[in-house]
Amino acid sequence: MSNIDVVITGLGATTPLGGDVASTWDGLLAGKSGIGPLVADWVEKFDLPVKIGAQLAEDPTERLPRVQARRLDRCEQVAVIAAREAWADAGFTVPTDDHQDVEPERLGVAIGTGVGGPVTLINQFGLLQEHGIRKVSPLTVPMLMPNGPAAHVGIELKARAGVHSPASACASGAEGIATGYEMIRSGRADVVVAGGAEACIHPITLAGFAQARTVSTRNDDPARASRPFDVDRDGFVLGEGSGVVVLERADLAKARGARIYATLSGFGITSDGYHITGNHPEGIGQIAAMRTAIEMAGLTAADVGHVNAHATSTVVGDIGEAAAIRAAIGDHTVVTALKGALGHLVGGAGAVEGIATILAIYHGLIPATLNLDNLDPKVQLDVVSGEPRKADLSAALSNSFGFGGHNTALLFTAA
Amino acid sequence: MPAGIDREHREREHPVADNAEILAGLAEIVEEVAGVAQDDVTAEKSFVDDLDIDSLSMVEIAVQAEDKFGVKIPDDELANLKTVGDAVNYVSANLK
Repeated sequence: MSNIDVVITGLGATTPLGGDVASTWDGLLAGKSGIGPLVADWVEKFDLPVKIGAQLAEDPTERLPRVQARRLDRCEQVAVIAAREAWADAGFTVPTDDHQDVEPERLGVAIGTGVGGPVTLINQFGLLQEHGIRKVSPLTVPMLMPNGPAAHVGIELKARAGVHSPASACASGAEGIATGYEMIRSGRADVVVAGGAEACIHPITLAGFAQARTVSTRNDDPARASRPFDVDRDGFVLGEGSGVVVLERADLAKARGARIYATLSGFGITSDGYHITGNHPEGIGQIAAMRTAIEMAGLTAADVGHVNAHATSTVVGDIGEAAAIRAAIGDHTVVTALKGALGHLVGGAGAVEGIATILAIYHGLIPATLNLDNLDPKVQLDVVSGEPRKADLSAALSNSFGFGGHNTALLFTAA
Repeated sequence: MPAGIDREHREREHPVADNAEILAGLAEIVEEVAGVAQDDVTAEKSFVDDLDIDSLSMVEIAVQAEDKFGVKIPDDELANLKTVGDAVNYVSANLK
């Protein structure tokens, strides 16, 4: 059993609410929506039933040098942008050949994604079909591969302790953070840049989600389409974005006088062994993940003052999770679900929502769940709606549950 | 080059002939693909050592050069083009 403590010293993000952590957090507190009509010519062309999405607030190509941006899929672009912010936020300078703030052999990366860069794959296939192989970019494979986002961050930061890119659909970002935690606890690294990224808004992914009957078709009122825990929810809204944190050995962070946001005290990862899109009806996997995280942190259910729910705004998923939260923690905990404002960032969700959970502890403030006009009576939890709720939190938990039955729970405590 | 004439038209109607024009054309491609300022793309510069251009970008440069000059650069020849001058000479020697 490891006795190494892991803290969070840097935060970075680019989301539908803003191009960095501050604008995203402010947007959450102000009750803004990152969801709108899809801005793309193919929406009408394919006559898709879903015409709404949570697109990035800031164009990633405007944040990167042109030459770098053209070599990166959009998923890789957002990961690099978020990682840069987190790294600088931790007080580290950009590594050069002559100087690195963190020794490369002690630095790792763990950035997950649900699908990587399928948009590149599709676009390049189009070029092959229309113009032949000469027009296919030599960077096609590096752009589409799902380890691309993590790898590019690792290259930029000169990380040599290992680069991981877990894929567990909507739980990928949380699993990235859990992977980073384990890297430090096992002694493989002192610092890990961890999180998740996704940017797969494209006619085919939307069509796929629509055909699976998982997305909202409230096209006439996009900002109110994503409504976790509300009686009138009708599916999630696909989003894009990235969240990245800097995880660091607590003793080293304190020694260098770093600003510590919170401690990552435990995690739980379980699997349902049940269905490729549906959660287990009794929620045993979700309950176990939450219980394991709390136990690993050396706490009890009564200590968990806040849960940042996965809740995607689907009819079945939201109440399944609510029941699991009641069973694992109890109805004393204050719950919020941020996909109402952010949409579903898939591989980015677990990390961006993890960051919001960290900030809730750090600022003593829980953002409200957007569009919660009528709490579904089956939820039976205290869900923050309307205004943000002040809360002096010692411990908070963030849930992420992915297609395929991947359940992750991250337990953060006040530093 | 005269202003206002679009690039494709120019390449079809005005095939380049002398080394200065080839160099200028290559410099434009290198800037587009690798972000190196055109003024820095001079004959004696090594693609890899001086201009920091990797093998993937070299493939892109070769494809765009083929479009611009009509000269195909096979992979084994591409590997031998160490400097900008080597590339200019190759294109010049193989112009139709």
